[in-house]
Amino acid sequence: MRPFTYQRVATAAEAAAAVAGNPAAKFLAGGTNLLDLMKLEIERPAHLVDVQDIEGLNAIEQTGDGGLRIGALVSNTALAADERVRRDYGVLTRAIVAGASGQLRNKATTAGNLLQRTRCPYFYDPNLPCNKRNPGSGCAALEGYSRQLAVIGTSDKCIATYPGDMAIALRVLDATVETVQPDGTERTIPFGEFHRLPGDAPEKDNVLAHGELITAVTLPRPIGGEHVYHKVRDRASYAFALVSVAAVIQPDGTGRVAFGGVAHKPWRVEAAEAAMPQGAAAVTAQVFADARPTEHNAFKLPLATRALAGVLAEAKG
Amino acid sequence: MAFNTTRRAMLAGSGAAVALTQAPGAHAQSTGAGGGTPPSSMPVSFTVNGTAAELELDTRVTLLDALREHLELTGTKKGCDHGQCGACTVMVNGTRINSCLSLAVQHQGDEITTIEGLGTPEDLHPMQAAFVKHDGYQCGYCTPGQICSAVATLAEIRAGIPSHVQGDITAAPVFNAAELRERMSGNICRCGAYSNIVEAITEVANSDLGAA
Repeated sequence: MRPFTYQRVATAAEAAAAVAGNPAAKFLAGGTNLLDLMKLEIERPAHLVDVQDIEGLNAIEQTGDGGLRIGALVSNTALAADERVRRDYGVLTRAIVAGASGQLRNKATTAGNLLQRTRCPYFYDPNLPCNKRNPGSGCAALEGYSRQLAVIGTSDKCIATYPGDMAIALRVLDATVETVQPDGTERTIPFGEFHRLPGDAPEKDNVLAHGELITAVTLPRPIGGEHVYHKVRDRASYAFALVSVAAVIQPDGTGRVAFGGVAHKPWRVEAAEAAMPQGAAAVTAQVFADARPTEHNAFKLPLATRALAGVLAEAKG
Repeated sequence: MAFNTTRRAMLAGSGAAVALTQAPGAHAQSTGAGGGTPPSSMPVSFTVNGTAAELELDTRVTLLDALREHLELTGTKKGCDHGQCGACTVMVNGTRINSCLSLAVQHQGDEITTIEGLGTPEDLHPMQAAFVKHDGYQCGYCTPGQICSAVATLAEIRAGIPSHVQGDITAAPVFNAAELRERMSGNICRCGAYSNIVEAITEVANSDLGAA
């Protein structure tokens, strides 16, 4: 691990200013992904700004319009266990408990979870080129072993996936991300616009500016329906998704669906959801119309259709 | 003649002897590649198994290395050092975490419980006694992490923390083998002692959760 200086701050504005003023600084919350990457010297911050003491970021509160505001520092365990979340946003609890391990969920935070980096094996191997880790060095995954990697929204610079589960549920719930910018002003980012596609700049996972701090994730008022999260993976537990499906299905067969494990961001095509009553294949034909799988991961396309079919059957009961 | 050189002389002339005589912790972390920021150290104090600890640590020292290399509490094990195996599991303020994925300086003021704080050889914690009784290990390297995780798992079920294998996510979780396998999936046992681990935890759960 490279040496770094460490600082604790008391307010979000102080945190944002501290990171914004130092190009080599990073925020530290739970640290479960950042410290792993620092040990491998994939992340090399010279200064860490620990945000754990900031008041007001560790609560889940009702909003004025009947939704929930989830503080950035709320742990994955606390969020999954919240009674309101389990009752009204079950897909979110389901997605969280499908990810990581008990130990990691206890430490990992809501904001940190959104900022976790890809688990592409070429990103993790400093001996190989990776445009995300070392911009301009090339992508070893394109001609490499790509079974786990993205099938849609890729570029000729990067075919990494966003690895998380929670974000897939937040996408289907139309969450918004609240931030404090380096100048102290706040902004609200619709969840679908938060994570980026790789394009020509795969080193940028999301739209945050350097020094912009996530303060909360907000859920709109509950929409009812059956909440399902189905994750297909190589082990029964403690493994990243090959394909995952987050869905909220209404009694009349209409609903929303987002997919994980297939793209550089949670993958949702709202226009395809009109086909939900016609069944899974009708939906995925539109959702994955522009897919460009590799020979190793083409299996994800029929797998996504079958996973959604399973979800629709489960929702019918 | 070179072949008459004694083992002691060989060691004395090699780097190995230097490392062996260094104080614990002096080489806990490599300094990494040169350039950039010089190493930075900070004071940190927390409680470990009820005893106050005050340390001056390089900011890079993990909670795991602080426990093992600086406080010489070597019951907590370093397996993968990347949060994948669970051997380093300890409880911080009553909650289990991977101590390898946490900086010591993040834990100012925290209360940490390690395997040494659960019980002693003369007075075992019920979970430790159950692992011995059911032979819940082979090599034993993952065992301290398994036991800390198991104790915390039962507390999480009591606290109503939901799990992936729960049927009704709004209901209170129950204890059964499927729940146990899911909730303990962050602790890997390379010897494959899982069936005996399940038996040991189940025995404690039946007396523990049954009485709750």
